[in-house]
Amino acid sequence: MADPIFIAVAVLTVGTAIIALEARELIYGAIALAISMLGIAGFFLLLDAPFVAMFQIAVYVGAVAVLIIFTVMLVRTQALFTTKEDKKRKGAGIGLMLIIMSSLGALLITSGLSGQFGDFNASPAINFTEIGRLMLTYYAPALILLGLTLAGAIIAALALARRETITGEEGEEKGEEDMEEQQRRERTS
Amino acid sequence: MSELVDFVIVSMVLVAIGIYGLVVKRNAIRMLFSIEIIANAANLLLVAFSRGLPNGQGQVVALFSIAIAAAEVAVGLGLIIVAYRLYKEIDVEEFRSLRG
Repeated sequence: MADPIFIAVAVLTVGTAIIALEARELIYGAIALAISMLGIAGFFLLLDAPFVAMFQIAVYVGAVAVLIIFTVMLVRTQALFTTKEDKKRKGAGIGLMLIIMSSLGALLITSGLSGQFGDFNASPAINFTEIGRLMLTYYAPALILLGLTLAGAIIAALALARRETITGEEGEEKGEEDMEEQQRRERTS
Repeated sequence: MSELVDFVIVSMVLVAIGIYGLVVKRNAIRMLFSIEIIANAANLLLVAFSRGLPNGQGQVVALFSIAIAAAEVAVGLGLIIVAYRLYKEIDVEEFRSLRG
């Protein structure tokens, strides 16, 4: 059966994932999401993939969580507290979650996956030199494309966030002008 | 000792939680959280099967997936900031300009 470390990490990951969605204040949700990502990194360590675990901590806990926390701070606090979700939709969401869980669980039980690969520790772990070799030989084009994608995404994010001409007031004024024009047209016709 | 199925079950639970968040929550940042949870469940499956087979390609694809998710979060948060400037609101129910 599963060992206690696995169960502890699983409870931490799933529990903080729920807290991230259900916490009243968004900033606590962001912190809970970071802890959940840390739990996933713990799973990677349990799976003998320390390189991926370090990458996960550096990218998710280091970069993504900080980015989310900065965005939460940029957005006015009043907008963060208003929760407009009705009970019916929440009930439907929980029902959908349970349906997905039960159907996928039944699929897993009948698939015969359990005991398929046996104990993980029986097979040798993948050395990270193998990962480096794969990345620079077979997956080299994908790596280059990935770099270009990252550069493009960062330039796009900068271009989106830096535009200062977008404001709500301008849009409203334009809307009012349009309304006046429409009324004028209606009068003339 | 843990088996492959245990990791698959944890991944399944995370995907279900993420779908629940996407369906129920109407806060744009919380929907981004849900997307992140689902992406992490996928990464967990990739690495778990990579360990079980054993084959290093799963870990390489998981690394690529993490990098893509980081780019996606950057662009998503940029979009949320633009939407906040436009509507003074991050509730997706308010973003109805294109609705007929």
